[in-house]
Amino acid sequence: MSSEQQPFITDESRVVTETRDSRMTGQGDRFNSRLREAFGSSPFILTKFDKFLNWCRGSSMFMLQFGIACCSIEMMHTYAVKHDLDRFGSGVPRASPRQADVMIVPGTIVSKFAPRMKRVYDQMPEPKFVVGMGSCTISGGPFQEGYNVIKGAEEVIPMDIHVPGCPPRPEALVYGVVKLQERVANGEAAPVTVKPYELEQFGDLERDELVEALVDQIDEDELVMRYNFADSP
Amino acid sequence: MSLEPLDSPDADVIPDHTPEELEALLGDLVLARDDHLNAPGFVIRPDTVQETLSILKEQAGYDHLSLVSAQEYENRYESIYHLKKFDDPTQEVSVVVPADKDNPVSQSGEAVFRTADWHEREAYDLVGIEYDDHPDLRRILLPETWQGHPLSLDYDMNQPQIAALPAHVNPIQDHHRDDESDTMFLNIGPHHPATHGVLHLKTVLDGEQVVDVESDIGYLHRCEEQMAQSGTYRHQIMPYPDRWDYISAGLLNEWAYARAAEDLADIEVPEYAQVIRTMGAEMCRIAAHMLALATFALDVNGDFTATFMYAINDRERVQNLLEDLTGQRLMFNYFRLGGVVWDLPEPREEFFSKTRDFLDQLPGNIEEYHNLVTSNEIFQMRTIDTGILPPEVAKNYGATGPVLRGSGVDYDLRRDDPYGYYDELDWDVITEDGCDNYSRLLVRMQEVEESAKIIGQCVDLLEDWPEDERTIQANVPRTLRPDDDTEVYRAVEAAKGELGIYIRSDGTDKPARFKIRSPCFSNLQTLPEMANGEYIPDVIAALGSLDIVLGEVDR
Ligand code: SF4
Repeated sequence: MSSEQQPFITDESRVVTETRDSRMTGQGDRFNSRLREAFGSSPFILTKFDKFLNWCRGSSMFMLQFGIACCSIEMMHTYAVKHDLDRFGSGVPRASPRQADVMIVPGTIVSKFAPRMKRVYDQMPEPKFVVGMGSCTISGGPFQEGYNVIKGAEEVIPMDIHVPGCPPRPEALVYGVVKLQERVANGEAAPVTVKPYELEQFGDLERDELVEALVDQIDEDELVMRYNFADSP
Repeated sequence: MSLEPLDSPDADVIPDHTPEELEALLGDLVLARDDHLNAPGFVIRPDTVQETLSILKEQAGYDHLSLVSAQEYENRYESIYHLKKFDDPTQEVSVVVPADKDNPVSQSGEAVFRTADWHEREAYDLVGIEYDDHPDLRRILLPETWQGHPLSLDYDMNQPQIAALPAHVNPIQDHHRDDESDTMFLNIGPHHPATHGVLHLKTVLDGEQVVDVESDIGYLHRCEEQMAQSGTYRHQIMPYPDRWDYISAGLLNEWAYARAAEDLADIEVPEYAQVIRTMGAEMCRIAAHMLALATFALDVNGDFTATFMYAINDRERVQNLLEDLTGQRLMFNYFRLGGVVWDLPEPREEFFSKTRDFLDQLPGNIEEYHNLVTSNEIFQMRTIDTGILPPEVAKNYGATGPVLRGSGVDYDLRRDDPYGYYDELDWDVITEDGCDNYSRLLVRMQEVEESAKIIGQCVDLLEDWPEDERTIQANVPRTLRPDDDTEVYRAVEAAKGELGIYIRSDGTDKPARFKIRSPCFSNLQTLPEMANGEYIPDVIAALGSLDIVLGEVDR
């Protein structure tokens, strides 16, 4: 600024010139922060709003506190001391699905639980991401042959990352979550590639033998899931 | 080992009966004998179940209904009631109840033993036997709308099914008001941080008070019995026990299967392997009790930072030892029929000194827990005199483990029905008389110290074990085919209580029936006794003090 002690600068071009001049001649380093060096000559960081949001999302993820089976024990170890998932900005478990971004599915899903899980997933606000932990969420794992076991969580909800293992070590889960963060930050996550089982109203189901057998037990409007174990992958 | 005083002042002690005396006692009720490897078995008519059970309970002192196992044969259905005595669990008897193939109906034993309630519901659900006089015969593990009974012989595993989502009952709709009360229905779970997994509690509240609580289980029913029935004895079954009680209690569970199968196939385990087993199993017990403490403190104090992290830290240490020993952190798969899979890790000295380090710092840590948790006033207010479970009620429900010992009943299979190397070592069975949430926690914490004692002694023994006598496995044939129609029921003291396995062989290399007696299943059944009439936060405390793990409840 000049020494003329103007209360306002009315001549905009002067400001631009002055700022630029002072930077170029090295008189003031007010704008020459590290960040500026990284981003080039403009005092503004130009980015797409989407990109910026993705970066925010990826850097701060709220997990759903959700335990199903054996894998959840290793998941607890991942949150707790020694492995400490919080180091990566994703270690705050939320008990309510309404506040969570990421659902780690840690365990075997059986017919009775699948509709509940679907419902919890539906209650999470968009955008939401899912990390499948353990073989059970990939294929049913060691229990694949079970008469009651859903052959992979992908039958029910879309998944972003699969972490194999039975159970995966905490390190593996950390890797999986960090990978997810990376994908989210790059805007790559959650293409819904599968058609998951839907919760349907019982009245809408195709009238096959099974449905006929259940008509007097289930209300028309009741939400149900229909399992076809033979056709599962 | 603490021995019972010989001149017990108990006046009405019931003398032990030989099988012949029992047969005489039951008289005409007995149709035939069908002895099992562990116990004499009496076949009775399906309409005399209550009479037989009550004679055995009242007159012969068999006060512990350990398990009801049901199965279907080519020509009949059968339920077996495995009875024991709390005073001496080596005294066993099986009551075998055949039921008609076309119309499988049998009388319920619920009137004599409360615990039969859930066991029979499970038998109905999975096998399809119906029980007369049962108070509430519904499916328990599978959804209400399930078609067929999956462990019956003609069930098609691939048939489609429909599972309904009964909309979480609307509290307003069910809000019930009259002059006396004003109740509200509240769902807890199946996705809830305080239920330790996927348990669903249906509670009816009157203000803050619990009028009724019903546990709805089956959200983790992973067909463990079917899995075991489709695996071969020698190798394919052993990985599954790790996944019943998955709180790092794997070796304790593996021992349950190992013990039953070794008895069935008549395998002797070398002493060296027994010592390793004992050591490993007690490490698992420490890990399991640590998690029980962590989650209990979490439930009661809502304290996600201190106690939880401390306990997890201790678990990490045990898990490191277990990983050195077995190669895995959680799913060990370390036992084999006739021994263990490999010897201690080399260099042995390092493993021993690591173990000793762990044992040395454990007393200090336990002190810390006592400062943090048990002497904490708020914690005491929440747990002392809440969740009362009187000993007689606990016995009636077949509760075992720390839950039973917290009610003052001195019952521990490691001492009373010795296996492994326990009877050679010096340790005590812990009991507490409080019958409340606090006692159950105290029992667990003291058991950790006892386990540490056992591990210390095992390490001493292993250190001095002569090098040429380190046999880790007995000679076991590659394929095991136990004789046709041999039946055995064997139990061990797992982290949560009596974990039993019933196996019937059919001459092939796979079991024809494999039934798991899960301690948590019976322990959870006591919840209404502890919770009804109490405040809602006490239900959570009581549930936490039961230390259930849903993988074992639902199997
Ligand atoms: S993948 Fe293995 S450890 Fe994980 S839930 Fe399934 S069985 Fe348990």
